[in-house]
Amino acid sequence: MSAVSNEPVSALEVAGRPSPNLLRRLPDSKVAMFGLGLVLIWVIPALLAPVLPLKPPDAQDYLAMAHPGSSASHWLGVDPLGRDMLSRIVWGARTVLAVAPVAVLAAYVVGAAMGLLAGYYGGWVDAAISRASDVILSFPVIVLYVILIANIGPSVANIIVAVVAASAPGISRIVRGLVMSLMHQEFVAAAYLRRESDVFVMLVELLPNCRGPLITDFCLRLGYTTITIGTLGFLGLGLPPPNPDWGGMIKQATSMITVFPHMALYPTIALVSLILGFNLLADGLTELSQAD
Amino acid sequence: MTRYILRRSLEMLATLIVASFLVFVVCEFSPGNVARKTLGAFALQEQVDLLYKKLHLNDPLLVRYVRWVGVLTGLQADPLQDPALGLDFKDPRGKQYFGNFGYSTLFKAPVNDVLWDRLGKTALLAGLAFAVIVPLSLILGVLAGMRAGSVLDRSLSTLSIVMTSIPEFALGVLLVAVFVVALGWLPGTSPMVGNTGWSTASQLVLPVAVLAIYDSGYVARMVRTSMAEVMQKPYVRTAVLKGLPRRQVILRHALRNAMIAPFTVLLLQINWLISGVVVTELVFAYPGFGRMLLEASLFGDVSLIEAATLVALFVATATQLLSDVGYRLLDPQARR
Repeated sequence: MSAVSNEPVSALEVAGRPSPNLLRRLPDSKVAMFGLGLVLIWVIPALLAPVLPLKPPDAQDYLAMAHPGSSASHWLGVDPLGRDMLSRIVWGARTVLAVAPVAVLAAYVVGAAMGLLAGYYGGWVDAAISRASDVILSFPVIVLYVILIANIGPSVANIIVAVVAASAPGISRIVRGLVMSLMHQEFVAAAYLRRESDVFVMLVELLPNCRGPLITDFCLRLGYTTITIGTLGFLGLGLPPPNPDWGGMIKQATSMITVFPHMALYPTIALVSLILGFNLLADGLTELSQAD
Repeated sequence: MTRYILRRSLEMLATLIVASFLVFVVCEFSPGNVARKTLGAFALQEQVDLLYKKLHLNDPLLVRYVRWVGVLTGLQADPLQDPALGLDFKDPRGKQYFGNFGYSTLFKAPVNDVLWDRLGKTALLAGLAFAVIVPLSLILGVLAGMRAGSVLDRSLSTLSIVMTSIPEFALGVLLVAVFVVALGWLPGTSPMVGNTGWSTASQLVLPVAVLAIYDSGYVARMVRTSMAEVMQKPYVRTAVLKGLPRRQVILRHALRNAMIAPFTVLLLQINWLISGVVVTELVFAYPGFGRMLLEASLFGDVSLIEAATLVALFVATATQLLSDVGYRLLDPQARR
């Protein structure tokens, strides 16, 4: 096995070579580190939200509504209902940082399974999975999300369902391509000779060797999914109130933007910085994988 | 080539059929009831049940789907337009014709009356955005890819990433904060009517800007990658070594070859544009196709959702086909 894994994986070089220590070499890329920093700016307060001295995100301060701008008691002011902006933004980070990775991971489980099956078995299995993926992929994404969420109802679980339905076909397509190029490798032939089961070859031999391009894709998808969750919130299809949800906060505040722009601006800046973080991280990872 | 186009067109048709069925299936899950929403919260349950029955909503899913296809293809008269039902659904085009999308329960008008007007408005918005996206992304991408790794490349690439990292609605809010609230130069909403005190041209500026900025960042990155790749090719090196001025190397040799990949990306961009349009139209209250789709989905207006989805999918798949055919024509290597 060790002799085989030292071989250069030539077929994969097109897709960005999978390097086992891609994540370990992260500090080499300034772009990636900057992106990671932006993400951590939100991850740390989100994790610490319950212990930070924040006001409850749903508590209304009626007196502050007269002067909703920044003040000593409300650093970032209050929202249209008199709730503390800083607290809602931090608690909102908690929501988006919990939902987005879980949704993308779920999409990866489904998409990777589809791609493994399609690439491994080929033939009619591949044809069926690929055709089905093509149908989903030909939908403009937001149309798919709107129709799905409007019908199954907005909730955390349903947003995850919608993300899986919309993203799994794309992931499946990438995994399928990688698997097909790996199928001719010697370590797969060796596994066959050892009479390993199909499931073993797929999960133990093939899947781990796909991880390089998938790590980059994962970060990109985190960015897209964060955009999606925000957009759904803005369309009124996000998490039901009173959950602090950045997209929903922006929607609620846009009607007041001419009077109190801060109510819409702060959550917008929060959302953009987080997405930028994910995108820069993905960009840095791509750069690293192309460097060798 | 003709066979290829024919085969792809058939695939496209199959996709449309499967997708339209999927939409019917998804609409089954709708917790709301169209009849209840049409009559309002104070209608009696008997009235709701009666309308529900008249709209033929209690038929099995497959029966309704086949009927919908029959009405659309003109093989069958629209049963809802039967005057005996008393629904007062009147379509000036008649009961039975090809392309009959049925009756919109939300707008209480034939879908064909609602859809095409909205679509025209959206086409204007998307067309203007596309007219900005193409030159903007090409300039940004070519300038960045010309000298990969240079300061110019790094700054333009970062700019592109920032552009793609701002979701349309957030960009809308930011632009409104600057140009409407702070400067007062432009209107914050675009209802496309004349009596708001703003010309329709000025109402289009911000929505077009939102669409163009978001999409250009993405296309510019594609153009940059393609351009950087071409600049490494032996024929570009030869051109430089034989003493051609840099401008000529780029315009004559590099640019033409670098445009092949972005050409497909640009056409596939139309799919993204449709998505972007839905959100942008909502931000600026623009009376287009995207807002209509959102309203129809929330109401559960199956006829309108189906029609809108079919149009969106048709545009998406047709541009995909166009880009694939174009790619084959442009790239001599793919022709073989």
